[in-house]
Amino acid sequence: MRADSSLFVRAGRKAGRAAGRRTARARRRGLAAAALLAAVVTAAQGQTARDYISIVGSSTVYPFATVVAERFGRATRFKTPKIEATGSGGGIKLFCNGIGVRHPDIVNSSRRIKPSEIENCRRHGVDDIVEIVIGYDGIVLATSRKAPPMSLTLPQVYLALAKRVPDPSGAGRLVPNPYRTWADIDPSLPAARIEVLGPPPTSGTRDAFLELAMEGGCDAFEPIRALDPGERLAACHTIREDGGYIEAGENDNLIVQKLDANPSAVGIFGYSFMDQNGDRVRPIAIDGIEPTFDSIADGRYPIARPLYFYVKKAHVGVIPGIEGYLREFISESAAGDFGYLSELGLVPLRDRERLRMLERVETLEPLTLSALAP
Amino acid sequence: MSEPGPVKPNEPPRTRDRVAEGLRRRYMKERAFRLLGLAALLFGLGFLAIFFVTLVSNGASALLQTRILLDVELDPEVIDPEGRRDAVALETANYQQLIRDALNRLFPDVTERSERRALYRLLSPAADLEVRELVLANPALIGETRSLWLLADDDVDMLIKGNIDRDVPESERRLSDAQIGWIDALLDEGRIERKLNRYFFTSGDSRDPELAGIFGATVGSFFMLLVTLVLSFPLGVATAVYLEEFAPRNRWTDLIEVNINNLAAVPSIVFGLLGLALFINAFGLPRSAPLVGGLVLTLMTLPVIIIASRAALKAVPPSIREAALGIGASKMQTVLHHVLPLALPGMLTGTIIGMARALGESAPLLMIGMVAFIVDIPESPLDPATALPVQIFLWADSPERAFVERTSAAILVLLAFLVVMNGIAILLRKRFERRY
Repeated sequence: MRADSSLFVRAGRKAGRAAGRRTARARRRGLAAAALLAAVVTAAQGQTARDYISIVGSSTVYPFATVVAERFGRATRFKTPKIEATGSGGGIKLFCNGIGVRHPDIVNSSRRIKPSEIENCRRHGVDDIVEIVIGYDGIVLATSRKAPPMSLTLPQVYLALAKRVPDPSGAGRLVPNPYRTWADIDPSLPAARIEVLGPPPTSGTRDAFLELAMEGGCDAFEPIRALDPGERLAACHTIREDGGYIEAGENDNLIVQKLDANPSAVGIFGYSFMDQNGDRVRPIAIDGIEPTFDSIADGRYPIARPLYFYVKKAHVGVIPGIEGYLREFISESAAGDFGYLSELGLVPLRDRERLRMLERVETLEPLTLSALAP
Repeated sequence: MSEPGPVKPNEPPRTRDRVAEGLRRRYMKERAFRLLGLAALLFGLGFLAIFFVTLVSNGASALLQTRILLDVELDPEVIDPEGRRDAVALETANYQQLIRDALNRLFPDVTERSERRALYRLLSPAADLEVRELVLANPALIGETRSLWLLADDDVDMLIKGNIDRDVPESERRLSDAQIGWIDALLDEGRIERKLNRYFFTSGDSRDPELAGIFGATVGSFFMLLVTLVLSFPLGVATAVYLEEFAPRNRWTDLIEVNINNLAAVPSIVFGLLGLALFINAFGLPRSAPLVGGLVLTLMTLPVIIIASRAALKAVPPSIREAALGIGASKMQTVLHHVLPLALPGMLTGTIIGMARALGESAPLLMIGMVAFIVDIPESPLDPATALPVQIFLWADSPERAFVERTSAAILVLLAFLVVMNGIAILLRKRFERRY
């Protein structure tokens, strides 16, 4: 690092000399610029301690983590943690980049960390990671309140959104999705054009939707079960690109507003947005079950997933306040049944699970690769 | 003008007759052309008007915040049961309890636990902060009963502002029928009023919309622009002066010129990636710091300033340089004493316009971690901070309904800054520009 900055000064001097052939003024200016840059670089390196918690990760967990961070900052003498919404994948990459104040302490994730990511972490010296489950999030399919209520099954969702589906004539092969209206799939559904507004591929919500809804739906079809695993995954996870599925950006609010303007469309977004906008949009029951706190918490609603965050054990005790932040997140008043996170739409853990997480916060028991094995 | 006579059938038509014939059509074409231009202008202005009307109609209500008048008894038993009156006791006292007691006195018939919880939710979870502030500022008030206008919850605020529909079924509303009943009772007593929303202008980000403000983002933007200005103005002007006044005209300077023009057109996200790789990964500067943001924006603004400064230098007529050289000034004296002062207004205009662009930039900040939730107001360019356009982006993405109006209000504030900066640029040009 020191070598870096002295190199810089040397380069600056060289530049200064070149200019100096013209005027002395220019040389002084060149030197001043080099000195300034060198000063900036050394000043930043001199800042070895960080007195706030640095958090990155999922934009789904962001609304919950920020509230906890704010309360934590207000209630304690510690600074309010800094939270960046980078997406789960991007966040884990930053998190695994190393140990030290330059790297984040905690990563929020809307999916479980992958074994390959843990290996990447280890390569960079991040050995002990503590996994905390904070609650559940349901992925909601919804229409405008102006449209008549709708109910779908997972196979119907798959048929409406996949790029290739089993031949409707029963020939047992996959054909490009022939369904244009919901009534084409099942005559009992409305005769409206299939128009689904959903998250883009960078989103953790999209990953979870593919895994839980699309994969859950496509297994109902014999021709797909007959495929080998790689092809099966491709058939289940490929969304149609002919205009039936519209990528509406990461902004769930925008999807809600678009549904309001276009009553025939269906939107896909997180349960917390459903909870806040119940007067504008109406959830679609999946397999006959409406998304509610209870149906998501007890696992009856099929498109629900746990939300996580991961903590670098090596940073606990070094960066001030991490222990307190963890305790606040899992406390009864935050993640409990009637905690403030549930008011924001996070579906709380069952008490037994929460107590287990609380214990993990105290013991900081690290995650092992074998725990990730399916 | 004489009337053209009747045209004789055999005589060939004279030129002026042919012109007179086509004249009407030519005038019509000209009018149509002018109308087309006017229509294009009106079209653009129309959209601008729609944009402003939507923003103002959405955002104006964010300037006011609903408050509820409560008679809070600053009960010494609750605040400081041990009677020590020291700072720790006063800071950590349960001020929420005082507010709850005040609400209970107003609605004595609400006794059931869940109903009481619903009643307490009418007030912001941060309402107690204001009571705390009051007591900390003046501990002598303990024991008195004060009438305080306390911060209402964002849902109450939205109802009062008409953004929550009372007519939809109770289960689909954020407020229950009972809560709306209490609000109406408070309204009848004149205990609900809209007051100036001071938090919007004095605080940082918050997940409680009633506490969220743009001050933190404004300070972040200020530090960033400061770094950008300090670095890019001298560097840009020096480059322009060298290239325009000293550099020889050859293939190298041509190449440099092409590259500078190219850099001015590079999408800003690319500068963000460069900043991430260079300043954060290679130099080890902290993420989310306005210093790094300023450095990245410097890279982005430099070409703009260089181009504007070179244009300003080019506009100084050669006669001025020749006259100075003619009476014996050195090359450097010519530039510093004569050319630079004449070109400076143009350079400043270019700089201000470049800075205005930098102020509205959010894409490169995404890469260097300034898209973040930051509550504390940054105190130096090394503290984590966010910027105005990023704050707008973050609020636009928040689920709470009350952030809609705050997003619009924040856009208005950003626009106001931009208008002021561009106004200064125009003023500078008007006052100091010289024509030769």
